This record gives sequence, C-alpha cells and structure tokens, in this order.
Amino acid sequence: MEYRNTLTTCTYCGCGCNLFLESLDGKLTGTIPCKTFSVNEGKLCIKGWNGHQFVQSEKRLKKPLLRKNGELTEVSWDEALDFIAFRLKQIKQASGPDSVGFFTSAKVTNEENYLMQKFARAGIGTNNIDHCARL
Amino acid sequence: MIDQVKQRITELLFDGSVKGVIALTHANGHITPCLFRKGDDLETLSLGDGETSGDTRYPLNKILITIARQYPDDSFGVLVRGCDERGLYTLFRLNQLEPDKVVPIGISCPQSLALQCECKKPWPDEMVAGEKSDGVLQKQVQEAEHMDMSKRFSFWRDQFLKCVKCYGCRDICPMCFCRECTLECEELVSKGNLPVDIPVFHLTRAMHMADRCIDCGLCEEACPSDIPLRLLYKKTAEIMNTEFGYSSGMNKNEKSPLNIMAPAPKK
Repeated sequence: MEYRNTLTTCTYCGCGCNLFLESLDGKLTGTIPCKTFSVNEGKLCIKGWNGHQFVQSEKRLKKPLLRKNGELTEVSWDEALDFIAFRLKQIKQASGPDSVGFFTSAKVTNEENYLMQKFARAGIGTNNIDHCARL
Repeated sequence: MIDQVKQRITELLFDGSVKGVIALTHANGHITPCLFRKGDDLETLSLGDGETSGDTRYPLNKILITIARQYPDDSFGVLVRGCDERGLYTLFRLNQLEPDKVVPIGISCPQSLALQCECKKPWPDEMVAGEKSDGVLQKQVQEAEHMDMSKRFSFWRDQFLKCVKCYGCRDICPMCFCRECTLECEELVSKGNLPVDIPVFHLTRAMHMADRCIDCGLCEEACPSDIPLRLLYKKTAEIMNTEFGYSSGMNKNEKSPLNIMAPAPKK
C-alpha cells in the first residue's frame, strides 16, 4: 500500500501552477492543487485539474513512429533521430534554411524551449520558430 | 498540540488498529496530504500550519475514500477538524465509508480560523488535542438577504458569469464521490461552452449539496473566480434546517430527510 502526493508543475501553460499528482500503488488517481504555492494558491483551471488523465491514456504515443511505405511504423529513437537529421540537412541544402520551421510547446520547460530556438537559429539558421499556443 | 496528535498516531499504528493514517506532512517546502504507515517518521507531521491547526486544509476524507475503495477490508486513521468530522458522519450515512473502519483523530481549530471560516462548530466531538473554540454565529446568509429580489438576481447572475467551469468546486469537495456526475450530463449542462449554463450549473450543484454540504468551504477556496459558493450552499443548508430540522453532519446517526420515504408532512 503506497499512497503518494508528488509535487509538480502543471504542464499545460506557462502560468506554472503547482499541483500534487496523487498516486496509489504506482497508479495515478487524481490531482490536488497545492494550497501553499504562491502562484495558484490552491486553485486550478479545468486543464490543471485533469492533468493526471492523459498520462495513463491508451492513446498516448510511447515510441517514435516513422512513415514507411505509407504506413506509420514504430522505430527506435536512434533511427527516428537519424532520419530527422538526414532529412533536415537534405532540405536545408536543397532549399535553404528558411524552408524549415520549428514549433515548440507549452508543455515543456523554459530551458527546452530555449534549446529549440537555439537549434533553429544557430543550428539550422532560420528565425522560423513559433509556439503551439499561437497555432 | 502536535505532540498529542503524534502520540495518538503512533499508538494507532503500533497497536495495529489501523493500517495507515491520513494526515498532513511538510514536504518540499509545502504542506502536503499524506498517508503515514507504521515506522514512518512523524517529525514532519503538520496540522495545517507550524504547530497548530492552521488554514491549510485539504480534503483528507476524499483521500480516505480513494484508499478505502482500494483496500475495503483495512481500517484507517484520519486527521479531522470539526468540518471533517461532520463530513465523516455524512459519508457514513451515505455508505461511502464504514464507521468501524475509520478512526478519527480530532483536533480543534483556533478561534481566529473559526471566525475566518464562519464555522458553526470548529471542533470535532471526539478530540485528541486542542481547546474548543466558540461556534460562530451564521450571518452571511442574512446579510445577503438584505438585497431585494432584483438585486439578488443580478448579484448571482454576475457571480455565475465569472465561472470558468473548472469543476474545481466538485473536484475538491469531500462530499462529491459519485462515479457519474450530473454536471457532466450533456442534456443538462452543455459541453465546452462558456459562459456556463446559468443558473442550471450552480443550482444543480447546490441542490445536490442540500443534505450533504458540511460547510467546510474547500470549494470556495478552490474557486479561481472567487464565486461565493459557500453562501449559496449555506442558504440551501438553512432551508433544510428550517423545513426539516436537519443539519448535515451535526449528529452522528441522523438520517437525511431526503432519504426517508414517508407521507407528506402535515401543513
């Protein structure tokens, strides 16, 4: 019997609300807003309240998928990343760096977003970088 | 105060009368709900503040329901204030918890918190630590009734318009345990639309709370739009009391008038 409340930051937007992910015997059972955190003071929006639900979703992708002969096929991370690097180089060479665009995410950390824009600007050489919240 | 609580928890865990105790702990700089098991360090135990029963309250009974559903044969201790104990009585009545499988560890609330909460009974019947504070006179409803009907109508419409439909009031509520919720019934409440259906959304919840709400106020504390939900539920509770002489959770074995099949009351 192991009941835990794991303190974490909501992944849905940049507000940074703190919440506890409740788990019983290793399975997520709920979300409780953190009352002593100054940003949200025990309050959440509907997305935050349901933050635990997608984690155990059957629909969630667990491995990278690569389209082979028109069909999405599970591949290893190495194979997926090799393919991305190969195609990015190829496209950049053929059509220039501005033929590539990057979309970052609200569901990752500030630092990860920083790395993505650094990769776009310094690695590929384009300012085509945007964010899913503006789609 | 906290030492008496620690001692009681230790006794219960070591004599084997409970499998665990649901309480609060200090972790990562925050007060966190937790389950203490035999052998766990009680040094970090919290009563909602430093040493006393502070205003950081969590729905511990709700956590107890989650655990008890998974471990129906085991007994658990749970830290309770006046409001939590009212909750336990009501949950026993609604067959969500078994009285002989729950050991309440009662603490009173300080007078300042009782006033802040407008709490009518800031102490549990069974108390392990603390001194009884005075019950606070219920004034909020009366004050709101000074408004005339049209003012009251626009007051509540303006309040309900602020709702962002986060369902936080339901999700934090220790008395909301249904597996299917009327507020997710699309015939009644349209899905994905704002503003919320007025007044169906809030009044449906108020009706469902009529014989359940134990006036703990966690809903109002969780509301990101500061809707005075407690005032609304206090009013439904007042109607239940005036019409039926019933007050949710105030007496351990009292049945709800909404659960009793009987002839219509004599006029």
